[in-house]
Amino acid sequence: MAYSDKVIDHYNNPRNVGQLDKSSSEVGTGLVGAPECGDVMRLQIKVNPETQVIEEAKFKTFGCGSAIASSSLATEWVKGKTIEEAMQITNTDIVKELALPPVKIHCSVLAEDAIRAAIGDWKKKNGVTEGAEVAQAVAAN
Amino acid sequence: MSTTEIGNVSVPAGVNLPLYMDNHATTPLDPRVLEAMMPYFTTVFGNAASRNHSFGWEAEAGVEKAREQVAKLIGATAKEIIFTSGATESNNLAIKGIAEMYKERGNHIITQATEHKAVLDTCKRLEKSGYRVTYLPVKADGLIDIEDLKLAMDDKTILVSIMFANNEIGVIQPVAEIGKLCHERGVLFHTDAVQAVGKIPVDVNAMNIDALSLSGHKIYGPKGVGALYVRRRNPRVQISEQINGGGHERGMRSGTLNVPGIVGLGKACELAGEEMVAETKRLIALRDKLKAKLEGALDYIHVNGSWEHRLPGNLNMSFVYVEGESLLMGINEIAVSSGSACTSATLEPSYVLKALGLGDDVAHSSIRFGLGRFNTEAEVDYVADKLIDVVQKLRELSPLYEMVKEGIDISKIEWQAH
Repeated sequence: MAYSDKVIDHYNNPRNVGQLDKSSSEVGTGLVGAPECGDVMRLQIKVNPETQVIEEAKFKTFGCGSAIASSSLATEWVKGKTIEEAMQITNTDIVKELALPPVKIHCSVLAEDAIRAAIGDWKKKNGVTEGAEVAQAVAAN
Repeated sequence: MSTTEIGNVSVPAGVNLPLYMDNHATTPLDPRVLEAMMPYFTTVFGNAASRNHSFGWEAEAGVEKAREQVAKLIGATAKEIIFTSGATESNNLAIKGIAEMYKERGNHIITQATEHKAVLDTCKRLEKSGYRVTYLPVKADGLIDIEDLKLAMDDKTILVSIMFANNEIGVIQPVAEIGKLCHERGVLFHTDAVQAVGKIPVDVNAMNIDALSLSGHKIYGPKGVGALYVRRRNPRVQISEQINGGGHERGMRSGTLNVPGIVGLGKACELAGEEMVAETKRLIALRDKLKAKLEGALDYIHVNGSWEHRLPGNLNMSFVYVEGESLLMGINEIAVSSGSACTSATLEPSYVLKALGLGDDVAHSSIRFGLGRFNTEAEVDYVADKLIDVVQKLRELSPLYEMVKEGIDISKIEWQAH
């Protein structure tokens, strides 16, 4: 399997490895995948309650090089984005950026799932529903 | 900032990269074998089947010498050796050839779960043409249970095909016991001995083997050549040919002989026989050192398959909570293999490891080291150091390792399979 330079770079120098305090109300945690499938990603975000901007992102991944790169990239991308903007990130963006081959597309899907799971967890903790989120966003403006 | 640079181990003097430690897949040609082969590419180019000139006679002499060399290594006679294109062909010829020849007597074949695909797929093909095949399970150590074999035999059983040593986990099946049982029951016994011949003692008579497949490129010989041993006495085994043509190899395998390849196979067998005792001792020492270094530095690692009944050069280990392909990526200048799904064409983890009852997660984390004639102690040290470094770094990245260290039972988590 030949990897793109970007995959190799993320593998050699993974960004934002670590963990955030998952009991904090500002932190959303997404744990996706399964050990028997060969990949598990944990992606965490720390959201500013005022601005809804993702100020911190951390990950840990058990998986192949493409899975590590996809989740590392995902933490880079969500940082500085609002919750709403982060929800716009799709797996195809990740595939394109990392030049993933077809057999590795599931790694990008998992990274997208991880972002959504982390955001979902944060929303649940903060009692944010879809409608309320819009209202809050408007209020913030 | 949490950046984790992966793989910062300096390469010691005497170690050249890329480094080859995948000798179950194939082996480099021994220079002495190449030397023996060279004349047969150039001056001695005759067709071994040409009976009326010296070019043919010389080629034939080279082939017959090789036949003796191959036979000697496995305790056979030269007339019992049929040259083929490799062990896949030998396995096909033995299993299909025996099944066809003995179909009046019965239609039942017994094999086992961790055979090479050349045996399993051949058996599946025969199932489509009316044969019954029993695939014996293996125990957690990778060995078959002789009692299972006894129970599987019935009055329609014509053939048992059980490999000598496994290509992934290196475990050595109780071949002598299997052979004894087969002969008592009047059932023919074929063994795919590709990984065993030249590495450990093989004696077709003492072990009651009726047919045996071997290959050149696993024993420092050339690719594209192998042999099938077919017993001629007690009992005389008959095989129906699978390739029709000029009636070469006593009618069992037509096709002009690959003279340089056969000469190389013969030389490789001769060298393997001469050096087996010393090489076994050296490889066991290297392998044990590799294992000891890894075990000394890393937790949650274990050997797959029986440690006691194992080829000298084989070490198959799972580095739990690290995925195999990412591990290979970190040691990309070291050639080894993984049982991870991500490294296989089918995206399925190793069926051999699964047959041992290992979970997919453990199979995903496995690495096969295949030590061989040209590996050195300096290489073993480097491989161990590099691997330890990469495993430790990947575990810093592994949510599973973190959870286990925190005392979380990850088997209790409801994972979403995808």
